[in-house]
Amino acid sequence: MTVADVRVTDPDPHASGTGRVATSGRSRRWLPLVAVLVLAGALVCSATIGAAPVPVEALWTPGHPDHAIAAARLDRTWLAAAVGAALALAGALMQGLTRNPIADPGLLGVNAGASMAIVLSISFLGASTLTAYVWFALLGAAVAALLVHAIASLGRGGASPVKIAVAGAAVTAAVTSATSGILLLDRATLQSYRFWAVGTVGGRGLDVLLTGLPFLLAGLVLAIAGSRLLDALALGDDVARSLGRRTALDRAVIGLAIVLLAGTATALAGPIAFVGLVVPHVVRTFVGPDHRRLLPWSAVVGAALVLLADTVGRVALPPTEVQVGVMAAVVGLPFFLVLIRHTRAGGL
Amino acid sequence: MNAVQVAPAPAPHATGVELVRRAARGPVRRRRLVIAGTAVLVLALFAARTLLGDYTITVPDFFRILTGTQIPGASFILMEVKLPRAVLAVLVGFAFGVAGAVFQATLRNPLASPDVIGISAGASASAVVAIVAFGWSGSMVSLAAVVGALGCAVVIRLVAGPGGTHRLVLAGIGLAAAMLSVIHYFFTRADEWDTQLVLRWLTGSVSQANWSQIGVLALILVVLLPLVAWAARGLRVVELGEETAYALGEGPARQALLLVLATLLAAVGVAAAGPVAFVAFLSGPIARFLNAGRTTLLASGFVGAALLVGGDYIGDYAVGNVNFPVGVVTGALGAPFLLWLVATGRTGRRAS
Repeated sequence: MTVADVRVTDPDPHASGTGRVATSGRSRRWLPLVAVLVLAGALVCSATIGAAPVPVEALWTPGHPDHAIAAARLDRTWLAAAVGAALALAGALMQGLTRNPIADPGLLGVNAGASMAIVLSISFLGASTLTAYVWFALLGAAVAALLVHAIASLGRGGASPVKIAVAGAAVTAAVTSATSGILLLDRATLQSYRFWAVGTVGGRGLDVLLTGLPFLLAGLVLAIAGSRLLDALALGDDVARSLGRRTALDRAVIGLAIVLLAGTATALAGPIAFVGLVVPHVVRTFVGPDHRRLLPWSAVVGAALVLLADTVGRVALPPTEVQVGVMAAVVGLPFFLVLIRHTRAGGL
Repeated sequence: MNAVQVAPAPAPHATGVELVRRAARGPVRRRRLVIAGTAVLVLALFAARTLLGDYTITVPDFFRILTGTQIPGASFILMEVKLPRAVLAVLVGFAFGVAGAVFQATLRNPLASPDVIGISAGASASAVVAIVAFGWSGSMVSLAAVVGALGCAVVIRLVAGPGGTHRLVLAGIGLAAAMLSVIHYFFTRADEWDTQLVLRWLTGSVSQANWSQIGVLALILVVLLPLVAWAARGLRVVELGEETAYALGEGPARQALLLVLATLLAAVGVAAAGPVAFVAFLSGPIARFLNAGRTTLLASGFVGAALLVGGDYIGDYAVGNVNFPVGVVTGALGAPFLLWLVATGRTGRRAS
């Protein structure tokens, strides 16, 4: 076992920041190659594996008998990759912004807020286009994110992990309860909602992705711009301010990026939890806490993870399909439990 | 002797012993008052639930129907709709209230109630799997819910490890999120018309109550509640902390037994009415507040029953023609309280 291998299993990436600088040079050299290879493999798997397996060459041979299947699968492949990258980026940004190891858009009520806004828009405003969904999802995500963070910051000690998690659970419960109430008034919405609420990338065409793409790209640009800000914020607000940063503005920029990425991903694929939580932690053990490296590689690994989860879900329980939201929870929960077992989750 | 002279004794011949006795009598009297008050509240809400509403039944008619007289229309509405609903709500609410108070007192954290830390969600997910995937029904579903709840409780306990309930709360919230996604997955496979099933296992509802289900639940509660009362004798000592309790002769085995019994209570409640949000979480603190900061299992059971019956009544008649499941109402009530706990920092032992 090499030194680098030992470091990989280090449960608390924040605790050993000084030791990492010396050892992570090795991992840095091969991580890009491995991550890109995994992503490419995941893309190919997602396009070829399923209820009817197709050969790889069907992808680029227009006359091939399986070409239509491969093309249809390619649509959901791009969607899964985009959603995974967006969720992982949003998670990495949230963890950096709140300096909280368990931050995740699914656990902190952002997805629930987006869900409720979409249900409201379908039920009361008659929204039926995806563009309208995206705008409402963004609004709901923003309101929920602000609410959770504002509530958790009240009182003594500021926003500790436990307070943020409980505030997220409470907001999720309240929002879910209100959503059920609306759905009861409107059975037609319930039927479409229960297939959307599970989190899936199947059955959505390329036009769905193209509608959301401008929002995702805007979020991506803001996230890249925010990576330097996050590194300054990681030193604490006082130090960041003494380094010349305007911390309130920085937080607003990063918050906007989170809302754009998580809200759009939720509008496109439904609520998917745990991706934003797991991926940044895995990536951080390889590249260290520097956000200029953490953010791009989180996006790559997040895309690969959601692609693989979607592909495995297609063949796990035939003849039905296990949606990607469920697969993400199945993969993410053990990781989450290990994480809180080994971190010194701060009290209140 | 000195204390007797300083104290403004109302009776001139009071001794020290009598003073202490008088001081000790206060909390006992208050406890009796709280239990009686909450019991009367449950009775009043129960009467309102069964007699009032869209179809009013008079008190003489109520007793005539109970003793067997057939009144066209009224008999059916009372015996098949209103009464089972109200009885089930009382039983489930009582079970949730006691379970929540036991969890909160034993783990010494107001957040650590079975519905916040994922035990109700685990029971619900397990019941949904049993119904949708295996086609089970009746008491087999209750069994599945119990197995699911115990499994979740064991996982949370193992993950949290010794010391510190913050970790336990975090693990529970993560587990609850994952269980919710399992429930959502099985909904996509359930029959399209079965929306009542969907909402019942997601938010909790007593609208599907029937007498055989009530019989099973009542039987289980008759066995479980005395056991809880026996195991909870040392609860006041347990609340002082694990080490203090151990030093005073309350071993960890009794606490573990108490938690298992409370988990069973929550699980049978979920099996009967679904994971009604926040009833277990709210009952304990409300009862504590009424009883000047002391835990009373009986009072929190009554508070839970009152919450469920009252919430069901509100959900049924508050908005026009729509019958909201009780879980929607209690969720709307409970979430602000949870947020208030977070905002004021009362999530540790010291402030509760």
